[in-house]
Amino acid sequence: MNIKKYLLNEKVIISLFSVLISLVIAAIVMIVIGKNPLVAYAALFYGAFGTKEAIIDNIMKASPLILTGLAVGFGFRAGLFNIGANGQVIIGALLSAYVGTLVGAYPFFLSIPLVMIAGMLGGAAWAAIAGWLKAYRGAHEVITTIMLNYVATFIANYVVNGPFQAPGGVPKSPSIAYSAQFPNIMSVGATSLSTIIFVSLAAIVVIYVIIQRTTIGYEVKAVGFNPYAAEYGGISIGKNVVLAMAISGALAGLAGTTQVVGVYGRYFGALSGSMGFDGITIALIGQNDPIGIALAAFLISSIRTGSNQMQIAGVPKDLVVIIQGIIIFLVAANRIIKTIRIRKRKEAEA
Amino acid sequence: MEKVDYSKYAVVMKGITKRFPGVLANDHVDLFVKKGEIHAIVGENGAGKTTLMSQLYGLIRPDEGKIYINGVEKQIRNPNDAIEAKIGMVHQHFMLVDRLSVVENIVLGQEPVKGPFFDLGRARKEIRELSKKFGLLVDPDAIIEDLPVGMQQRVEIIKVLYRGAEILILDEPTAVLTPQETNELFEILKNLQKQGRTIILITHKLNEVMAITESVTVMRLGKVTGVVKTEETNPNQLANMMVGREVLLTVEKEKAHPGEEILQVKNLVVKENRGIEAVKGLSLSVKKGEIVGIAGVAGNGQTELTEAITGLRRVESGKIIFKGEDITNYSPKRRREMGMGHIPEDRLKHGLIKLFPVYYNFILGEHDNSKFSDGIFLKIEEIKRFSEELVKRFDVRPPKIDLLGMNLSGGNQQKVIVAREIAFNPMLMVVSQPTRGLDVGAIEFIHKTLISMRDKGIGILLVSMELEEIFSLSDRILAIYEGRIMGETTPDKTTPEEVGLMMAGHKLEDIRQEA
Repeated sequence: MNIKKYLLNEKVIISLFSVLISLVIAAIVMIVIGKNPLVAYAALFYGAFGTKEAIIDNIMKASPLILTGLAVGFGFRAGLFNIGANGQVIIGALLSAYVGTLVGAYPFFLSIPLVMIAGMLGGAAWAAIAGWLKAYRGAHEVITTIMLNYVATFIANYVVNGPFQAPGGVPKSPSIAYSAQFPNIMSVGATSLSTIIFVSLAAIVVIYVIIQRTTIGYEVKAVGFNPYAAEYGGISIGKNVVLAMAISGALAGLAGTTQVVGVYGRYFGALSGSMGFDGITIALIGQNDPIGIALAAFLISSIRTGSNQMQIAGVPKDLVVIIQGIIIFLVAANRIIKTIRIRKRKEAEA
Repeated sequence: MEKVDYSKYAVVMKGITKRFPGVLANDHVDLFVKKGEIHAIVGENGAGKTTLMSQLYGLIRPDEGKIYINGVEKQIRNPNDAIEAKIGMVHQHFMLVDRLSVVENIVLGQEPVKGPFFDLGRARKEIRELSKKFGLLVDPDAIIEDLPVGMQQRVEIIKVLYRGAEILILDEPTAVLTPQETNELFEILKNLQKQGRTIILITHKLNEVMAITESVTVMRLGKVTGVVKTEETNPNQLANMMVGREVLLTVEKEKAHPGEEILQVKNLVVKENRGIEAVKGLSLSVKKGEIVGIAGVAGNGQTELTEAITGLRRVESGKIIFKGEDITNYSPKRRREMGMGHIPEDRLKHGLIKLFPVYYNFILGEHDNSKFSDGIFLKIEEIKRFSEELVKRFDVRPPKIDLLGMNLSGGNQQKVIVAREIAFNPMLMVVSQPTRGLDVGAIEFIHKTLISMRDKGIGILLVSMELEEIFSLSDRILAIYEGRIMGETTPDKTTPEEVGLMMAGHKLEDIRQEA
């Protein structure tokens, strides 16, 4: 157990260090452009946690990011780089919105599961295309998922401008049935805290259990760590690549679904935003660990939520992009931090 | 401190200490190599031999200790310093560019030039002279990838000599050679010695130590446990010093009692990765309770053969029959379920998942067995109990099942694989290179285990590049060359030389006719 703890610590340290260093570097940038970093960070913090509204906004931003982070992270576990979470979010949202308009006659305990299943299946199927292409046609998933992102965007554009358009000529879908909408926990002004956060929290637990406790998790990890040994052990690489992509896509699809059923009540074009790509950032910072991913999602949502306040305080909002970029750079290049640590240890010994 | 005269020694390493995180790789090691001698460094894996030599060659730097070359203290910070001190190293894995010619490889980094141009003519001439002087015959214009391994090794040696080395370090040089090539190498080494070169040989093959060295330094667990003159020692004494206890160098075994045929391979054709046929119409059979050894030099189709039998590689034509059933197109999983175990050639590629803890590695291939899984969830407690038991039974060290696979030594990784494959009660075991890179103690253990499996009636197909291993374990020997079987014999009816000739491409009947 010691080894595991040690590794876990190492990971945590790398992520924390990366965050800290990036804050320091951003502070230097601020000083260079003549701003006071302390003022900026105070504003950032206040913007993210200072008011009830801010906290609710923060949580609502984090909620889908947790799901896309889990989606990309699960792919990484199988050695797959799912860049297509955005497309899977779109297809999942679209399908759940469509089913959402059909279930008006059912009570919520039927309509809500139906809508969620539709969204997850949509994302899973979309991602499984890339999985299948990789497993049986040798096409790299980075390429195929990027292309599938475009396809998903165009399908969605067509659908909400045509067959599935709400009356009034605006590119958005009709509202989903009331029985398919998630209730709000509370509202402050125009911001509402939806129960969809519980979907994200549940997903963390489910993915954790799948990875740590199940046969599927064992096989997926085996394929991710060492496909040759997996094959030797009778584990089908093809099957697991498709399955891992499908699970990854289901999570992304679920992220889209939560926006439909908990935030907008319908599908519209900009719904996915950049949450699929943010998922990559979050999976990296969270080091593919479900709990780490949850924390990383809150980190990203916090700097995003707080950035407006920082802008008001006179520091350009774009600085948060710098912060985010440096964090990713450092986590990805975690050798840098490891090397610094090893050198320190050596110096301490000498 | 008293001043000692080291001038009669080519190399003196004094009090060398090297720490790696958590390991004391070299603990105040002393090494004395006289000028013009062939000196062996022997020891188990992890004893610190290669670490010691890496410090002499400047690949890593010692934490403590001094190095004297020809009596003069030297700071060797990197290989360039070593080359300047006229030290050369031939690594276990050759450092050659496959697509370049022999000349180009040898002069690489020190190309003679004429103005701004590479002077190939002069390079060729210099190398001709060198190879003539030392009896290292090799065609300077041949492309490396076309050369057999033995020749490639010569190129490595010439490369070192070209850089002016007076002291040559060879790391496990015979691991990849046929017996004939080994003899040729020894001739070359003796020749070099005659020309005044000093040679340090890292090895674990004790008969080679006895054959060509003058003195031996034995290492165990980072320390020197003995320095002896070769003529005053014997393999058993060396083995005991290496392991720290009595070791049996040859396996004791009863006569085999083969039963019915369990595996038949018929006219098998298999391609290697580049699409070239590697196994060319090969047939063989294995009976229950016997060990069939396949002798051969690496790269003659052994890998493809074992992968085809175990289902990891597609069969082009021919049949594989296991327990009377045609399994040619069965998945690896199905073959496993039928009772085929596999100890793979490359334990880090196929046998083990380095980032899995030991207890996960113990169930690889059986993770969906109802013993370890209820269909959805893994029975972690049961898996751990099972692993604890195997760790005890097979003496895996350290006995911690939470350790990641990568944190075990090679010998213990192999024990994990062997333990796992035996635990599932196979009827046939395909065993490839089971002791590659293992130390004497682990080899003894693996050999005993294989014999006891045989005695329980398991059929074993053993592929090994170590002729000694083939001879001491096999009940029948087949020699493979370029994907074909050159002949079948039994250990008591043949000699290593005869098998060596088969491994070099001579058919058994031709050899015997000529004799």
